Order: sequence, then C-alpha cells, then structure tokens
Amino acid sequence: MMPNERKLRDAFIAALGVAPDAAVETFTYRGIKEWDSVAHMQLIAGIEAAFDIMLDTADVLGMSSYAIARTIVVRHGVDIEA
Amino acid sequence: MNPLDLAGRVAFVTGGSRGIGWACAELLAGHGCNLAINGRAETGLAERAADLAQRFGVETLALAGDVARAAEVEPWYQAIFRKWRRLDVLVNNAGVLEPGLVGMIAADLVDRVIDTNAKGAIYNLQAAARLMSRAGRGSIINMTSIIGVEGDAGNTVYAASKAAVIGMTYAAAKELAPKGVRVNAVAPGYIETDLVAGISADAHARRLGQIGMGRIGAPVDVARAVLFLASDLSTYVTGQVLGVDGGMRI
Repeated sequence: MMPNERKLRDAFIAALGVAPDAAVETFTYRGIKEWDSVAHMQLIAGIEAAFDIMLDTADVLGMSSYAIARTIVVRHGVDIEA
Repeated sequence: MNPLDLAGRVAFVTGGSRGIGWACAELLAGHGCNLAINGRAETGLAERAADLAQRFGVETLALAGDVARAAEVEPWYQAIFRKWRRLDVLVNNAGVLEPGLVGMIAADLVDRVIDTNAKGAIYNLQAAARLMSRAGRGSIINMTSIIGVEGDAGNTVYAASKAAVIGMTYAAAKELAPKGVRVNAVAPGYIETDLVAGISADAHARRLGQIGMGRIGAPVDVARAVLFLASDLSTYVTGQVLGVDGGMRI
C-alpha cells in the first residue's frame, strides 16, 4: 500500500476507533455504528491534518464512504498513488 | 508575557474596511496580529489592507465579497489557510441596518437583513470553527447589538437578526468549548458609524438621552472589547454577550 493511501486508511481507523485490519474500504457513513456524526467530524479533522489540507463544507457533507474520501483528497491535490 | 501581545496570530474581520470593523482591524494589527479583512466591494479594500501592513508591520490579506453568499465565504478561509495555515480570531462583524415599522416590512428587506446579519454570521462561524478546531484554540467574536438584546421600535427585523446572533453564540460556545474554541458576542449600543450617519437631530438627541454616560460611542470603544475577547486576557471566557453601550437602555 502506498504511503498516502496508508495515511487515509489510518485516519479512518483512528477516527472511527476500529481494528487496524478493519475493511475500511467498505465503510459508509452511518453504515456502521462507529461512524456517527461526531466521529465524522473527527475523521474530517484527521484527514485534514494528515494531508495538510482544508476541506470544503460540501466535502464534509458529501464524504459518505471511504471511496468518496479518496476522491476528495485527490481533488485537493493529494497524490494518493504516492 | 503580555497577554495583549498578538504577534504571530491571525485574525479575520468581516466588514473590516470601515466603522467598527475597521477599528477592530486597526487595534488588532496594532497589537501585532496578522489581519485578513473583508469588505463587500473590492474598491479600496486592498488599499486598506496595505495601510494596515505598512503602519503596523503585519501581514494582511484583502478578501472581497458578500458574507450572505455561502459560496463566496468558503474560499476566504481556503485563502487564509493557504497563507497562514491558521486562524486565531474571527470578528464576525459584517452587518446591515434597515429600519422598518411593523406593517411596512417588505419581504426583500427581511431577506437582506437576515441573510447578511444572521446567515452570513453562521457561514463565517462554521468555516472559522473548522480552522480553529484543528489547532485546538481560537476566539470567535460575533457582533450583535443592544437592539438584539432589548429590541427597539422600528427595528423588528434588525432585532431578530441580532437576537439570532446571540442564539448562535450561546449554542456554538457550548459545542466548541471542548475543542478549545471560545465564542462570545459583543453588543454595541449607539456608536458613531455609517449605520447611524443619516439619523435626524431629534432622533440623535433621543438616543443620547437613553445613554447613562451621555455620549455616543466611538468605534474604538467597541474594538477594545473585541481586543479583550481576542486576547489571552479572556482565555476562560466563552458563551458571553458583552455590552458596550455606555449604560444605554432602550
């Protein structure tokens, strides 16, 4: 796994408090009990800190899955393949 | 350490090119704070920002646009993030005053006043809180009015918009306290600004009669209260509405 993909995955694991080997790629907002609105804001803060970016409100409201989070950080200039 | 020393910190003042906002910008810059200022029009705004930079030796940023338009607000905070990577103080000041007697309140007046004074304040509060929360500190200072606290005949819509600012202050203070972000409001009384420039001599005299100290306030009187709330003199103060009115009662 590339370092930036690992950073994104680690942000999910830390914010949602799930096991390191959890299948975060399958997670959706409110699809698991750990990903509630409070954890969502922690996740946003974690992603922003990890990549030194500032997300828009539309990103915050639209980040409903790991796959969408991946798309959003790429749009903010992160090379997820690096 | 001087608790009023704001060197290295960053403040954003909406409606910061004139009146109370400009007085706040000058006072904060005078205490070493880097400043972003917003005004609705680009005309003169960059010159205002350059003036602060030249006089006080701080970094400045001019952010033109309308606080009532959410799509214009968010890019300001992206610009602040790109320039400084932080925001320590928001002076949520931009506002409009349009009187209207009950029965003569047009729908578009309601839209203009509520959009700027209430919605605009929420948009800025939310964006600022995001930047401050990541640092675990910050001070949001919402500009309300004695009219939002006490009401005033002929200013029902303005009073509603400024009462909304007080409500958002109380709520956001509770939500953001665990994140180290303080949220307070300042409630000016009768202050010498463009908002009251067109008032008649009779109305002016009537207002002065409502003020215990017997004089109209100056913008810097309000700015000094803002400086207190922006500084480390107020690190344990949140969820408060600070009147700056010379003992005015409407």
